[in-house]
Amino acid sequence: MTLEGVAQAPPTPTEGPAAASPAAASSAAAPPIAGSPAVTSSAAAPPIATSPAITSSATASPIATSPAATPPGDLEPPRYLGSPRRRPAVSTAVRGAVPLLLVTAWWYGTGSGAISPDVLAGPGAVLGALGELVATGQLGDYLLASARRAGLGVLAGGGIGLLLGVVAGLSALGEELIDPTMQMKRAVPFLALVPLFISWFGVEETFKVVLIAVAAVGPMYAYSYLGVRGADRKTVEAARGFGLTGPRLVLGVVIPTALPNILMALRICLSVSLTGLIAAEQIGATEGIGYLVTLAQQYYRSDYMVLCILIYAVLGLLIDLAIRGVERLAMPWRGHVAAR
Amino acid sequence: MSAPASSAVSIRGLRKAFGPKTVLDGIDLEIRRGEFFVLLGPSGTGKTTLLRILAGLELPDEGTVLAPRRRTTVYQEPRLVQARRVLANVTLGLPRSAREAGRGALAEVGLEGYGGAWPATLSGGEAQRVALARALVRDPELLLLDEPFAALDALTRLQMQELVAELCERHRPAVVLVTHDVDEAVRLADRVAVLREGFFAVEQPIDLPHPRDRNDPAFIAHRRLFLSHLGVAAASH
Repeated sequence: MTLEGVAQAPPTPTEGPAAASPAAASSAAAPPIAGSPAVTSSAAAPPIATSPAITSSATASPIATSPAATPPGDLEPPRYLGSPRRRPAVSTAVRGAVPLLLVTAWWYGTGSGAISPDVLAGPGAVLGALGELVATGQLGDYLLASARRAGLGVLAGGGIGLLLGVVAGLSALGEELIDPTMQMKRAVPFLALVPLFISWFGVEETFKVVLIAVAAVGPMYAYSYLGVRGADRKTVEAARGFGLTGPRLVLGVVIPTALPNILMALRICLSVSLTGLIAAEQIGATEGIGYLVTLAQQYYRSDYMVLCILIYAVLGLLIDLAIRGVERLAMPWRGHVAAR
Repeated sequence: MSAPASSAVSIRGLRKAFGPKTVLDGIDLEIRRGEFFVLLGPSGTGKTTLLRILAGLELPDEGTVLAPRRRTTVYQEPRLVQARRVLANVTLGLPRSAREAGRGALAEVGLEGYGGAWPATLSGGEAQRVALARALVRDPELLLLDEPFAALDALTRLQMQELVAELCERHRPAVVLVTHDVDEAVRLADRVAVLREGFFAVEQPIDLPHPRDRNDPAFIAHRRLFLSHLGVAAASH
């Protein structure tokens, strides 16, 4: 094949960083060969009439005549299509940058007087309120009381949701029995159940735990159902062939496969439980972080309001870290993907 | 360093390691435009890594790699987007005006009229032909084939080899085919290299006329040579 004229054609416009290499740059800088201007003028038909192979292809194939057919370009180092490697230190710094920026803006805004203390308490006032709570030992008591309620609620609600989700995901009968009811249940805001639950359970601990449990059932059901349905049918089929049935199949194959979804559900259950705490601890409580929100509202204490928000934010961070830890332990096969 | 004008691929001193394992240890390679180059080797020797570097999916540790910008890859699996119809898969990332060319490419791989089908309804061989059409419609100067027939049944594999030979003869892209099938290599290649322990253990042009008969003594001699370099007793054939 005689392709010299083509290979010496003026370079097509280069794209991005690939052109920075010495080889590509040197070839791009080379002056155009005297005989080559024909190439630029004919976009559709490359001037390679001397090559019988290519001329014949132009008539034989519908592709070669398409507008996509362009003369061969210069060689260049392949542009890297993968994702760049990231250093852990950079990753951590980027991760913390936005929260840090928000805190700085808060600090500067309240400190410079641009934001009135009535609108938003400054960091000093909030730290003062925190000191007060720590000194009286209330903070620890409140957190412990709330953690107990949320923990019991999520354990019960998440457990039931997981059970229902796995059953519905595995068997058609289970899906028919459970799914319509769960879809209806999901549409009912759990806060709408507060008056009913108070009349049933009173305002004591039972009411609070049940409310959170009911809130946690929905997301856990939906995600574990999705995870079980998404488990590889062929793997499950093979496991059945090896004699695994019932709980051994579920615990050995199905749940491990659905684990990413189940842990995602756990994250959502835990944040829903924080919402549940505010509702549950508004009534009949003398401690708890939801109670603290109620107090701040009643006495119109801006510093306590902001403190509550900060406590929730820190809890959100802790929940994320905890789940990441669980992912690392429970899903070693996903390694760096799960818990980065 | 600049590549000769007739080159489609130019590799100098390519080195690539994964942790302690050096899979490519100073590779030099020139592939001419329109040449069908086959890379043979046992699994885990870095054949696919070399191909992925050419595709821009891995970065070389050392060395220079030059390739045309218009290059496409066909993988072992079809890698079709299940949520889009066949024609949309073929013209993935191309403007709407490429649809006609996409239909043409489908016709070329023997799937005329399949444009509206969903990928999930195709057989393995059909899906792989769609992947081939998706590569061809881009009119590549370099076609990278990463064991594209490995997951197919024996009969479909033979048909696909024939189709690829025919299409490459017509469009004349430079081709890099990675495979562990010696017969496939001898059947399709203008040149075969066996990759072992990071470099080419043997590099051999195949000057037989097409179509090639696997019972031809020259064919058998080539097969025997490559099998011996792959560490397999040729007597088994």
